Amino acid sequence: MALFSKTPPVDERRDLFLTDATLVDPATGREGPGHLLVRDGRIADITWGAASDAPEGFQKIDCAGHVLAPGLIDLRAFVGEPGAEHRETLASASAAAAAGGVTTLVCMPDTNPVIDGPAIVDFVLRRARDTACVTVLPAAAITKGLAGQEMTEFGLLQEAGAVAFTDGLKAVRNAQVMRRALTYARDFGALIMQHVEEPDLVGEGVMNEGEMASRLGLIGIPREAETVMLERDIRLVRLTGARYHAAMISCADSVEIVRRAKEDGLPVTCGASINNLVLNEGDIGHYRTFCRLSPPLRHEHDRLALVAALNAGVVDVIVSDHNPQDVETKRLPFAEAADGALGIETLLGAALRLVHTGDVALPRLLAALATAPAGLLGREAGRLAVGAPADLVLIDPDVPYVLDKRRLKSRSKNSPFDEARLQGAAVMTFVAGRLVFRAADHAEAAA
Amino acid sequence: MKWVKAFAMSNARRPGRGATWRFHGPSRHGSAAADTGPIPDVTGLRAPGPACSHRRAMTAPAPAFPHRHLLGIEGLSRPDIEALLARADDAVALSRQVEKKRTTLRGRTQINLFFEPSTRTQSSFELAGKRLGADVMNMSVASSSVKKGETLIDTAATLNAMHPDIIVVRHHAAGAVHLLARKVDCAVVNAGDGAHEHPTQALLDALTIRRNKGRIEGLRIAICGDVLHSRVARSNIILLQALGARVRVIAPSTLLPTGIDRFGVEVFTDMRKGLAGCDIVMMLRLQRERMNGSFVPSVKEYFRYFGLDAEKLALAAPDALVMHPGPMNRGVEISSDIADGAQSLIREQVEMGVAVRMAVLEALAMHLPNG
Repeated sequence: MALFSKTPPVDERRDLFLTDATLVDPATGREGPGHLLVRDGRIADITWGAASDAPEGFQKIDCAGHVLAPGLIDLRAFVGEPGAEHRETLASASAAAAAGGVTTLVCMPDTNPVIDGPAIVDFVLRRARDTACVTVLPAAAITKGLAGQEMTEFGLLQEAGAVAFTDGLKAVRNAQVMRRALTYARDFGALIMQHVEEPDLVGEGVMNEGEMASRLGLIGIPREAETVMLERDIRLVRLTGARYHAAMISCADSVEIVRRAKEDGLPVTCGASINNLVLNEGDIGHYRTFCRLSPPLRHEHDRLALVAALNAGVVDVIVSDHNPQDVETKRLPFAEAADGALGIETLLGAALRLVHTGDVALPRLLAALATAPAGLLGREAGRLAVGAPADLVLIDPDVPYVLDKRRLKSRSKNSPFDEARLQGAAVMTFVAGRLVFRAADHAEAAA
Repeated sequence: MKWVKAFAMSNARRPGRGATWRFHGPSRHGSAAADTGPIPDVTGLRAPGPACSHRRAMTAPAPAFPHRHLLGIEGLSRPDIEALLARADDAVALSRQVEKKRTTLRGRTQINLFFEPSTRTQSSFELAGKRLGADVMNMSVASSSVKKGETLIDTAATLNAMHPDIIVVRHHAAGAVHLLARKVDCAVVNAGDGAHEHPTQALLDALTIRRNKGRIEGLRIAICGDVLHSRVARSNIILLQALGARVRVIAPSTLLPTGIDRFGVEVFTDMRKGLAGCDIVMMLRLQRERMNGSFVPSVKEYFRYFGLDAEKLALAAPDALVMHPGPMNRGVEISSDIADGAQSLIREQVEMGVAVRMAVLEALAMHLPNG
C-alpha cells in the first residue's frame, strides 16, 4: 500500500488513464489485466490485455495490478441528516462511503423530518450536492411520517428524485395499507423496499431466538417474525404485481421463500446485510451491543444459507445497513441499547472475507455490491462499460489490517468489526472520474 | 458430639478437600434415608449433614477462588462451587453463634447497588457484609440519580471513584452486571441480572439441598414454573448439573425458553408426570405481570395445573423436599400448607442465603489489593 504514496497527486480536472489494473466487470463476470480510459466523468474506453502508453492529455494512474471494479452501491444507509447530525451527516457518511469504495449510497427516510415529501427529497439532494463526495440518492417513506397509515406521494417523490420507497427500520404492518401501496406503486413503476419484520412477533426481542438467547437471559426474535411478513408480502405481490424488494433477509427459511417467489416469476428481489453474511449470534458474546441489529444476527446455519443464496443469485444485493448510533444509545445493557451498526466503510473489507474463505468469487461478490443494486435503481453505474459513469474503486484485496474504530470517518463509532482482522480495502475511489478517496493515510498508518 | 470430631479428622486426612469435598461422615445421620426407602416420620426425612455443626479450623488454608467477580454460575468449575459451599458451611456455624462477627472484610467498603427492589437479597447481602466486618452501604434506584437520567456506566464510574472494594449489583437487564464489572476496579457480585443469572441464589439452594440430603450428585431435582423469566432457574440448572444432579424443568410451554432442551435438562409440560420420583421440588415465582393472559390464562388455571399442592407433591419421592426462592405467591404456584409444611425448606433457604453470601464475599476479598 505504501506504493500509492509515491504516485503523484491526481489532478481532478484531467482525464484519466488507469493502467496495469486487474479489471473485474461483475456485469459480465469478466476479469483480467487491462486498462481503462476516463473522459468527462465517464468510461471512455476499456482495453483488456497488456498495457499501452498513456494517450495525450490523460493523467496516468498506475494501478499496480490491483483490482479495478465499479464502485459499490449501497441500497441501505441511515444518515441522520436532517435531524440527527450528531450521529452522521451527509458529508461524514459520504466520506465513510468513499473510504469503503462505495460510490453511491441510498439514504433512508427515517430522518427528522421524515423524507415523505418532495421538498425534503429536494433538501437532501441539495445538501448532498454541496457536501457529499459520493452520489447520494434518497429513498422516500412508503407512509407519511413512517406511521404506517397514509401513503406518500409516490409520483411527486419520484419526480423530485426519490429512487425507492421504504419505511426504513419499520415494516408496513397493516396489510391493507401495504396492499394499496403496492397497487399504487405498480402504476409508477416504483420500487418498494420492505423491512421484513412482523413487529408483534419481534415484541421485546433483542436477539435471535434460540439456545444462545435463552442462556444469555435475553428475549429472542423468532425467524418467523421475518418469514411471516415475507410470506404475507409475497402474497400481496402476487395480487398486485408491484416490484418488491425485501430489504434484508436473515435466515434460511426466508431464502427458501424468496427462491420460490422468483421461480414463480414474481417481481421479487431481496438483499442481505453484510452483518448477517459474515457474523452470527455468537459474535454477541457477553452482551456486545454493537452486535445488536435488526434483523438480528442469526445462527451459523442461517449465515451459511445466506452465503449459498448469494452464490445462487437468490440474494440479489448486499447492503451495509449502515446505522450510526452514538455512545448514549449503545453503552447500555444489551436489552436497553439501540439497534444498528456502522457498516458502509467496512462493507468491502468485511465482504472480502467471503472471497478469502473461498465461499464467494470476487465477480459474484461485486455483482451483489454494485451491478445488482444499480439494476434495481435503474442506473447505468455498477458495470465496466464504455459510456457508463466512471464510478470506480481500486481494491487491494489482500492488504491485512486490524480495524481501528477511531480511524473510521463516520461520526459514530459503533462498528461490530472494531479490532477485527480484515483483509482487503479500497485504495482509490472515483466518483464520475473524480478522485474522492485514496488510501495514503491508511498506507502510512500501516507502514 | 463425638461424630463431629470423627468427621473433622476424616477431613483432615484429605488435603485440598475444597476440590473433592463430599459428605462421608458417619452414616447413622441418615444420609442413607433416601436409599432405605420411605420413612413414615416426616421429621426424619432430612439427613442432617454432618456439616451442620462441623466447622473447619480457622487456621486451615482456604481453597483459592480463582475469579475476581462472581457474575454467574456459568464459568465456575465444580471445585470452585464446592469450595464456596464448604466455606458457606463454616459461615452457617458462625451465624448460629452468639458472636457472629469475623474480621475478613474489616476496613473494606461494600456497596449494594439495587436497581430493582429487593428485600431479602439486599438484607442478606447487607448482613453478610456486616458479619464479615465490612462497611456496607445500600443504594437503591428510588434514591439514586439513575432516575434523573444517569446511565448505568455513569453510576458505575461515580461509585468507582469512591473506592469501594465490593459492589453487589441487581439490575433488571440481562448483562448489566457484566457491563458494570468492566467499568469498575473492584470486585462485583451479581445479585440478579434480568432473566440471566442469580448465582448466590443457586449456591444457597445447593447448600440447602446438600445439608438436607447429604449430597447433590444423582438427585432428581424438578424446577417448576416460570422458567422463561427466571434467572434463578438458569443459575440452578447450570449449578445443579455441574454437581451431578439430574434436573427436570416443568412448566407450560409458554413459560419455557426456546432451546431449553439443549440445556441438558428433561422437559415436562405435565407437572404430574414431571414430579414423579423427584427428590427436590423447586418452585419458581410467577410474576404478576405474566398472569394477564399473555403467558398463562389465569391464576386459577395456573394453580390447577402447575401449582404445588399436597396431591401433586405426593407424586414426588416420599422424602421429597420443597424449595422456593421467594417471595412466594401463596395459592398461585404453591399452596400454603405445602409452603409451611414439614417438607418445606423455604425458611432454611433464607438462613443459607446469608451464609453463602458471606462465603462469596470472603472468597472475592482474597483477590482484593492487600487482601
